[in-house]
Amino acid sequence: MSQYRLDHLEQLESEAIHILREVAGQFEKPALLFSGGKDSITLVHLALKAFRPGKFPFPLVHIDTGHNFQEALDFRDALAEQIGEKLIVRKVEDTIRTQQLQEPKGKFASRNALQTFTLLDTIQEFGFDACIGGARRDEEKARAKERIFSVRDEFGQWDPKLQRPELWNTYNGRISKGENVRAFPISNWTELDIWNYIRRENIALPSIYFAHDREVLEHEGQLVAVSEFIRIEPEDRISTRRVRYRTVGDMTCTAAVESDAVSIDDIIREIVATKTSERGETRIDDKVSEAAMEDRKKSGYF
Amino acid sequence: MDILRFITAGSVDDGKSTLIGRLLYDSKSIMIDQLEAIEKQSRNREEGDIDLALLTDGLRAEREQGITIDVAYKYFSTPKRKFIIADAPGHVQYTRNMVTGASNADLIIILVDARNGVIEQTRRHSIIASLLRIPNVIVAVNKMDMVDYSQDVYNNIVIDYAALASGLGLQNVQYIPISALNGDNIVERSAALDWYEGDSLLSILEEVETGREVDLLHARFPVQYVIRPQTEDLHDYRGYAGKLVSGILRKGDAVTVLPSGLQSRISSIESGGVEAELAFAPQSIIVHLADDVDVSRGDTIVLSSDEPKLSNEIEVNLCWMTQKQLTPGSRYLLQLNSRVVKAVVKEIQYKLDVHTLEKQYGQENLGLNDMARVTLKTASPLAYDRYADLRVNGGAILIDETSHVTVGACMIQ
Repeated sequence: MSQYRLDHLEQLESEAIHILREVAGQFEKPALLFSGGKDSITLVHLALKAFRPGKFPFPLVHIDTGHNFQEALDFRDALAEQIGEKLIVRKVEDTIRTQQLQEPKGKFASRNALQTFTLLDTIQEFGFDACIGGARRDEEKARAKERIFSVRDEFGQWDPKLQRPELWNTYNGRISKGENVRAFPISNWTELDIWNYIRRENIALPSIYFAHDREVLEHEGQLVAVSEFIRIEPEDRISTRRVRYRTVGDMTCTAAVESDAVSIDDIIREIVATKTSERGETRIDDKVSEAAMEDRKKSGYF
Repeated sequence: MDILRFITAGSVDDGKSTLIGRLLYDSKSIMIDQLEAIEKQSRNREEGDIDLALLTDGLRAEREQGITIDVAYKYFSTPKRKFIIADAPGHVQYTRNMVTGASNADLIIILVDARNGVIEQTRRHSIIASLLRIPNVIVAVNKMDMVDYSQDVYNNIVIDYAALASGLGLQNVQYIPISALNGDNIVERSAALDWYEGDSLLSILEEVETGREVDLLHARFPVQYVIRPQTEDLHDYRGYAGKLVSGILRKGDAVTVLPSGLQSRISSIESGGVEAELAFAPQSIIVHLADDVDVSRGDTIVLSSDEPKLSNEIEVNLCWMTQKQLTPGSRYLLQLNSRVVKAVVKEIQYKLDVHTLEKQYGQENLGLNDMARVTLKTASPLAYDRYADLRVNGGAILIDETSHVTVGACMIQ
């Protein structure tokens, strides 16, 4: 019976499709949070497999910090157009204005934390009862703890000490009014699984994932793209390097890695050989404290 | 490459998190920045060596208290396999989180402290392994360095555990002496334990047979979602989307929709947007039927030649996972795959004594972490298999109707 066996990527794919369909089956008004990064692009690909030839039973929602890479935004718009699905964009800029939020200050002032405000407003505006996200448990140790269906209270808060039991592949999406669920179909995928799947399925990605020349600033060993969103000082060392992005977040909090990788095969070779974790190498915001992610999740972040 | 999902269980301070840290560390699955972060924390805590447990204790409260509260999932690969580890809490209070981690496991590593031997938590975790029918058990006798790597100590624990295992009907039990702290017998065989003749822990994990729990004989297809594009060119398209949890379905098969009992034939199968002649578990697929019968989420499509049981009264082995007591007459929602029905507790038959494994009859209620045999009555019929025969169609959860929390795990008998 050995021909009737799925390999590890096929198993992960089937698990993710199952979770996406559970969200569709259990909730009135779900949404898929889409950032234009490789993980959410993979989610969209999985959703096509889960629901075509039907339409998605949810819109794509992007919380735009205003600090995104233009390449990722262009890719986002092109993909939504190509697959003919609804895209909702809500801007952190607008939340800052209407709620009179204080913009963070500093050299790499990041709006990462402010995204939570816009996300919660958007959830309320549309009455979303479930938000599908592309978080993976291998990314970070607070994420390693979260359930696949993660219940958040009406303030979006995660209570890590009171998570519901989650047995077998049975997902309990029942919630009280005001609560919502964050659902994570690719929880069990690693960074390498994502790249191998992208290669197998021939999934298109924004150009910044591949090696290109870019003006960068060197800061504590990390390479940060020169942009209008960071404060450049006279003593800063700026140079043009051949880089690619291993993750795509805000320009202010995502670092590039030096690379000559121009194909998915090249990237996979580099990832296999790397000695640094994905977030460790590329995220400036995670280094603040060892509980940075846990704290953000507790206050409503992904 | 395939996937092995395993769980580590043991009492507080048996060294579970250290063991996982050691597996990740010695198999070179820890990145430099992660190591630097825990080295820094180890220094903050004024301890000497780096504390590998910090790799898995992801919550602030866990690091502060030095215990594991909830399951942490960790991932590593060797050229042979992808591993998904559920690092589960040992504390009695958090047993429900351990059950969460155990429910998907192909294998359980039960850690026993060489100094303490088989204790209550070992029994409790072994009972859970037996109730959930985890296919493989490894008993890792840890902290061998603290007992001078004594073979006698190890042998006595093996004898004790073997008695427990046979009482519980556990199968495929293997034993290994280790020291997670020093790395003895984790990735490499240890010179200090030269009297031990088996493989290292990692070798066992790489070689153990998986996939046995994927049943290809009994086709069960719970419908999750109905795809109806209702566009001009796909006006009559009606596809039943779901995961084939067990068995094989072929185009042309005669099928029955449960619980309604309506019959039809499979007209086509789609897998990933492509038409297929057949599908096998655990593929996610779309099934089309030849007749326009009523099918919706919560129904199960099965081969007409091999139907599961259909009843509105079931007996279950129950793990109770909330402070709120269960009493006869209590009402809940029962979810089995995509089907949700109202259920009422008809009778508590007996409770299992964790110390003696005796059945205690005449119980009036169940409390947190109790394990019992219970009779449930459901408001509409349930198409199920015995958990022992077909795990994927015999495990159900109970949900509190007002708080919506998952309160019980049911293994249907």
